[in-house]
Amino acid sequence: MKKTGVGMCLVLHPTGRKGGGDPSQAIIQLKPDGSLFLKVGAVDLGQGALTMLRQVAAEAMDVDIATVYASNRSDDLAPLSAGSAASRVTLVDPHAVMEAAKDLRAKIAAFAAHRLEIDVENVELADGKAFAKDNPHHHMTFADIGMIANLGEGVILVGTGAWQPAPVQGHDPETGYLDQESVISFGCCVAEVAVDTDTGEVEVTKLVQVWEVGKAINPLMVKQQINGGLQIGMGFALRENLFPHYPDPAHGIESLADYSMPTFMDYPPELIHGIEEVPHPMGVKGAKGFSEGSATAPGPAIISAIHDAVGVWIHEVPATPEVVLRALDAKEHGGATDYWSHQDRSAWLA
Amino acid sequence: MNQYIGKAMPRYDAQGQVTGKVRYVDDIKVPGMKCVKVLRSPVHKGEIRGLDFSRALKVPGVVGFVTAQDIPGKNAYGRFQDMPVLAPENRVRYRGEPIAAVVAADEDTALEALSQVRLDIEEQTPVFDMFEAMQPDAPLVRHDSKSNLWVHYPPDITEVTMVKGQMDEGMNQADQVIEGRYSTGVQDHAPMETNVSVAYRDEMGRLVIHTVSQTIYAHLGMLCAILAMPMSRIRFIGGRVGGAFGGKNDIHTDHIAALAVLKFGHPVKYRLSREEDLQFTTKRGAFVLDFKTGVKNDGRLTACRIDIWHDTGAYAGMSPYGLEKCAMFAPGPYDFPHIKVTARTIFTNRPISSSMRGFSVINGQIASEIHMNRVAEALGMDPWELRFTNAWRDGDQGVTGYKVRGAGALEAMKKAAELAGIKLPDKLMSMSSRGRQAS
Repeated sequence: MKKTGVGMCLVLHPTGRKGGGDPSQAIIQLKPDGSLFLKVGAVDLGQGALTMLRQVAAEAMDVDIATVYASNRSDDLAPLSAGSAASRVTLVDPHAVMEAAKDLRAKIAAFAAHRLEIDVENVELADGKAFAKDNPHHHMTFADIGMIANLGEGVILVGTGAWQPAPVQGHDPETGYLDQESVISFGCCVAEVAVDTDTGEVEVTKLVQVWEVGKAINPLMVKQQINGGLQIGMGFALRENLFPHYPDPAHGIESLADYSMPTFMDYPPELIHGIEEVPHPMGVKGAKGFSEGSATAPGPAIISAIHDAVGVWIHEVPATPEVVLRALDAKEHGGATDYWSHQDRSAWLA
Repeated sequence: MNQYIGKAMPRYDAQGQVTGKVRYVDDIKVPGMKCVKVLRSPVHKGEIRGLDFSRALKVPGVVGFVTAQDIPGKNAYGRFQDMPVLAPENRVRYRGEPIAAVVAADEDTALEALSQVRLDIEEQTPVFDMFEAMQPDAPLVRHDSKSNLWVHYPPDITEVTMVKGQMDEGMNQADQVIEGRYSTGVQDHAPMETNVSVAYRDEMGRLVIHTVSQTIYAHLGMLCAILAMPMSRIRFIGGRVGGAFGGKNDIHTDHIAALAVLKFGHPVKYRLSREEDLQFTTKRGAFVLDFKTGVKNDGRLTACRIDIWHDTGAYAGMSPYGLEKCAMFAPGPYDFPHIKVTARTIFTNRPISSSMRGFSVINGQIASEIHMNRVAEALGMDPWELRFTNAWRDGDQGVTGYKVRGAGALEAMKKAAELAGIKLPDKLMSMSSRGRQAS
């Protein structure tokens, strides 16, 4: 028999490394044809860091994005990034790109002032051109500047930038005190499930996941992150445990054949995402980052929906079919409305 | 004005990805490239009495073996520098721990050679249950430590404590106190690309390593220490990764591939099979969390007491950092006037726990949110209202003293309710994270 239920939760995700440090760097070079080369240190592991940082660079330089080539290859002379971890790249790396753009813009302005024979204060950069504020027709394109600087006058036009949120800081051992600015994004999830009371299987039939991300630099990729994180979130909540008899290592998982990760076939037929923006003063245009949280939000909503469906709070994840059946059994035979499979293990109650 | 921030744009590199043109580390082929495979501990805990490669070395195509003795620098790496590259002092602490590496013509030869190694290992009593591991007479996972607890604050503080206000006082103010114990399992990242490295010396004699690292500069620093080489002598090429989810925050193959090149000179590839990646790389470790929440009958939270136990396996990985993050955020996005959190990281004889998507925050949050819904049930209150009443507003303070800025919990909830087709009362919909009006 299938019973349906609905559940909700509110979660947070802190972005950036706890305790500061966490630096990133960026380099932007003006090529002889006026195109730009952006070099960043952020690893792209599928999250789209390169795409996002290229958008930031094109806007900061105020050029057509088609003229920006971006690379994150950590080869020689690559800028540093503390890593693609802690959902930190969208919070930290755009600052490094902005700093690099500021540096390059100043160098381009100085070069243009010299060539246009005007004061540098009178130079404005916009839409891939440098021009005199008091006479916009008096101008040079980035292509002119790139050609003359690199090949005519022997000048290299490179902007560099680096940034970190805060210096390294640790907790106070007695109180845990650590007042380091913490950038936090917020997720709310509503899940609907159908619980098969004969097999213990839980099907997620509908899922709404909303993230407040400060500013979505690329809303398409934010959507992809929200919906992508659900795969790990569903696995965490319902299926995946490398030690099914934890803490006993017996029958530990040895191959994917026995490790039942959710696939897109297990995704809810109704999947809805939402993006909310409350700009954070620390982020570029308020951007906070959030992406790891998309794995966090589904779980509690799903477990709460199971309770709504069958009347038992499951106190452990993954809530595998075995756990759900045992919980139903405990309710039927003892009237238990809470279930934790380790209750009968004395060591776990010590 | 060219505006791109806030614009939905297709992924810059998507075309190359979907047409198979992107070159991942495993796609790299170097002339004369040999294969590396690792001999792993067959037992959960033991001392190696004998290691005899003589038969294995006779397998045609075998170049040789790398052991801990071949490490020029430190046989330790990781955020807390406590993970050995290859079993040190002949001790193994989890099933699958690397003991030695073979370099051979191809994978089949390497596996054949490993099957010919005579490994004499004395099995010792392991401990798997973190509560048993905390008992004073428990077998030590690390023979050289005083207990199975990680020392969070040297010289001897093993318990992480985070305090805001006076927890006991807050509990006394409560009309109801709701308790619960929660646990989470062990999860693998299972990215499409398993851990892999290609390493060789270039024409200048410089060591080149193609890596799948998520944290390139941190790992480069660790490799320099292991190999006793300056950064400028290692060309560490990465940036393109086929999925990671936190599983490539720790080195799994780069160090051993590099040692093979240093010892034998051949270019090598060291690639983990799916089975190796699944069983023996770092994992999301298990947690047990106790929650005790004080609340007034009108739904205002008064106090929260959280106790956390984390199983890090045989080595720390990044777990101590994750545990602190778990403790720091386990109370959730709520304005508790009084909080006390205690937490500890415990060694057991199982594979190393480290970072994974939502690193340790996910463990605190799932417990906290199931618990919060049980609090709402105990109060007979709608779970949305409980959250709207207590969620952080700008200026609220977290357990470690940080001030919340750019609070957005209420805004996220309003949007989610709307998208889910749930009509919330006007009283809630009129609230904002910008301030908490007295109702």
